[in-house]
Amino acid sequence: MTALLRLEGLERSFGGVRAVDGATMAVEAGRVHGLIGPNGAGKTTVINLVSGLLSPTAGAIAFDDRAIAGLPPHRIAALGVARTFQNIRLFPDLSARDNVLVGQHLVRRPSLLARMLMLPRARAEEHRARELATALLERVGLSERVGEKARNLSYGEQRRVEIARALASEPRLLLLDEPTAGMNPVEVQSVAALIRKVAAEGHSVLLVEHNVRLVMDVCDRITVLNFGKVIAEGRPAEVATDPAVVAAYLGNPK
Amino acid sequence: MGQQIINGLFLGSIYALFALGYTLVFGVLDILNLAHAAVFMLASFVALALVGHGIPILLALPLAVLFAGLLGVALERIAFRPLRGRADSNISGLISSLAMATVFEAVALEIWGPNISRFPFGTVPETQFSLFGGVVSKLQLAIIAVAVVLFLALTWLVKATRLGREVRAVAESPRAARILGVDVDRAISASFFISSALGGAAGVLFGLAFNSISPDMGRSVELKGLAVIILGGMGSMPGAVMAGFALGLTEVFVVANLGASWRDAVSFAGLFLVLVLRPRGLLGTAALREA
Amino acid sequence: MWEQLADLYATYQSTLGYIGINSLLALSVYTTLSCGQLALGSAGFAAIGAYAAALLTMRAGAPFPLALLAAALLPAAVAVPLGLPVLRLRGVFLAIATIGFGEVVRLGIVNWDYVNGAQGIVAIPQKASLWMIFLAVAVALFALGRLRGSKWGFALEAIREDEPAARTMGIATTSYKLAMLVAGAALAGVAGGLEAHFTFMVAPNGFGFGRVVDMLVFAMVGGAQVFWGPVVGAAFLTLLPEILREVAPLVGIEPGPLRLMVNGLVLLAVILFLPNGIVSLPQRLRELRQARRAAA
Repeated sequence: MTALLRLEGLERSFGGVRAVDGATMAVEAGRVHGLIGPNGAGKTTVINLVSGLLSPTAGAIAFDDRAIAGLPPHRIAALGVARTFQNIRLFPDLSARDNVLVGQHLVRRPSLLARMLMLPRARAEEHRARELATALLERVGLSERVGEKARNLSYGEQRRVEIARALASEPRLLLLDEPTAGMNPVEVQSVAALIRKVAAEGHSVLLVEHNVRLVMDVCDRITVLNFGKVIAEGRPAEVATDPAVVAAYLGNPK
Repeated sequence: MGQQIINGLFLGSIYALFALGYTLVFGVLDILNLAHAAVFMLASFVALALVGHGIPILLALPLAVLFAGLLGVALERIAFRPLRGRADSNISGLISSLAMATVFEAVALEIWGPNISRFPFGTVPETQFSLFGGVVSKLQLAIIAVAVVLFLALTWLVKATRLGREVRAVAESPRAARILGVDVDRAISASFFISSALGGAAGVLFGLAFNSISPDMGRSVELKGLAVIILGGMGSMPGAVMAGFALGLTEVFVVANLGASWRDAVSFAGLFLVLVLRPRGLLGTAALREA
Repeated sequence: MWEQLADLYATYQSTLGYIGINSLLALSVYTTLSCGQLALGSAGFAAIGAYAAALLTMRAGAPFPLALLAAALLPAAVAVPLGLPVLRLRGVFLAIATIGFGEVVRLGIVNWDYVNGAQGIVAIPQKASLWMIFLAVAVALFALGRLRGSKWGFALEAIREDEPAARTMGIATTSYKLAMLVAGAALAGVAGGLEAHFTFMVAPNGFGFGRVVDMLVFAMVGGAQVFWGPVVGAAFLTLLPEILREVAPLVGIEPGPLRLMVNGLVLLAVILFLPNGIVSLPQRLRELRQARRAAA
């Protein structure tokens, strides 16, 4: 199986600091791939690089064999990449449904003329879009909160809206940046189930997480980052017992 | 040629003083203070009023500058401080300063009327010297001298005093500065005092130099000032000074060689080119300010 | 009774016309504000539209609708090469660049002898009637209103709230911002063309920095979060001087300074206490009442 996403020697420096230092990894299509590492390891930077919010200072990124490093974010999104944000970036004054509607931007093709002329097909298209948004919110378990302003939702609810919004563009690859941060164990479990469902439906997932148990449960493969470098890669069981990984998380005993 | 250089330096020193104030506030608060030109104008009127009451110009100038500084502190309290927490604080700050500028202009209009006022004859000595093949008046030399003194004073203030360090800390990161024990409110007030004092000084000197004071005198300088700080780099004080002199000299040369109608085109053409090709200007830093 | 109404109409025709013209100008600043960009080139665009329309009707004998079309299209065309480099700039820099553009246009006109330079053009035929002006405002409001709640309206709002996040959702933010700049330019151009043929004259000093500041103030005072806010602001601030002119002698202040002072204070009050403009007043009052009830 060819890799859907491939990073080769990816580097990104900020001033003198190498946030990502020669990272090479591959995410296979249809898999849930975990990206873990201690704080400051460069995980979010990798997500920012893949989604196009940052350009690499060296190295390459290939999505479906197309070079995407340095492309503007909206082009990368159009190729089928969607993401959530570590510090939740919903539109606070828009409702949950409207947030998801924005996420549908790439898959909607309404006619401006029809909208201006108030033709029935414009209304029909909008109706369809709203139905779809509502359905997505149901999928993440938020059917009760569809019309609520995003700023009034709880933390866990907001995270789930972000996931729904990311799914709205029907992406091939979903980049999830710490989707369960700040959630209680019950919520974490429902997100885990959601990720598994999403993967089963054919989306590939790159999951950045601190919750190691979740990652072990849900991921097919895991890459471990430390100081911007890949220090381990493999199936959950392999990675869990890798001495380099243990050292990175627990610190060097010496 | 020597004449033009002298004229250019003298014009440039006024631009530089004005721009310094602008860029100082931008550097510290990330806000464009569009009331700066109104303070420039009011200081000039205040000097005029003081002179009219028999106070010699040598005393009226520092008093007017003091007034301008205090006005700046009031300006910060009324128009900028309440907006500090807001997400769009730079746009709302800009608009707020615009509102204050309008109020200041209205006050000037009401007190002094729309017509041009002039300093009474004899306010400044008329003597002229010949220097480097040109004629320079004592006034022009005095203006350049005052400007240079103020630049040096500002540099000393910023580099060698505790206040200067605090202002620089706040410019870089108010949150970090606060954690380090800096009185952020005081540093910001001080920045506004200094900034407006400089603008006021520029206003008095401008009024003396061209002997023309009116409520809308700030208008053209305001826009040139924008061009200067963009050219020099937003937030960079040495940049503002260099760019101010550069603009003054360029304008004088353009007027001499291409005609007066092209004079203002220079600043805006320059502004454009800089913004499109090198937005951070000569000496500005590309880094964005963190919260 | 009809005579009195006719008298009233004649007296206030100018004010009504200006409410419409100022509404269009306020909307021209709003279009870019709606996607979070502070672009202040509208005075320049209005100048281009005004002069183009005036020249077409006076020197080329063109029919007025054609002149208005040119007044819309020419600034729109200019907005494209202006916008492409300049929309990349963040916040304040965009504002400054567009202010610079406006000044360049004004200075260009001042130095252009064919159009009488600083003296401007006079005796422009009065072809713009009130209904034309209000029709233009109605069309603009309709179009902006239709955008709201549509895919493009949501995209614009997303750009305003969080541009980088919007980009990751596939929104080509530069194209949208450019489209709004072009739309604003067209609106300003039409306003300029209408004004020229409503007041019989155009001059460059009517299109300076102060003018675009006025437009921004109309939009902000009315409320820049909804498309009808700028119109409310324009109406309010166009009527205010008329009212103040009556009040001035009572207060003992000259009308000119009084108008300026009130403008400044209104703007200050709005930005400090009612940042979403007059249209948000009902909501704000509701919030204050709720807060008071909660505290009780």
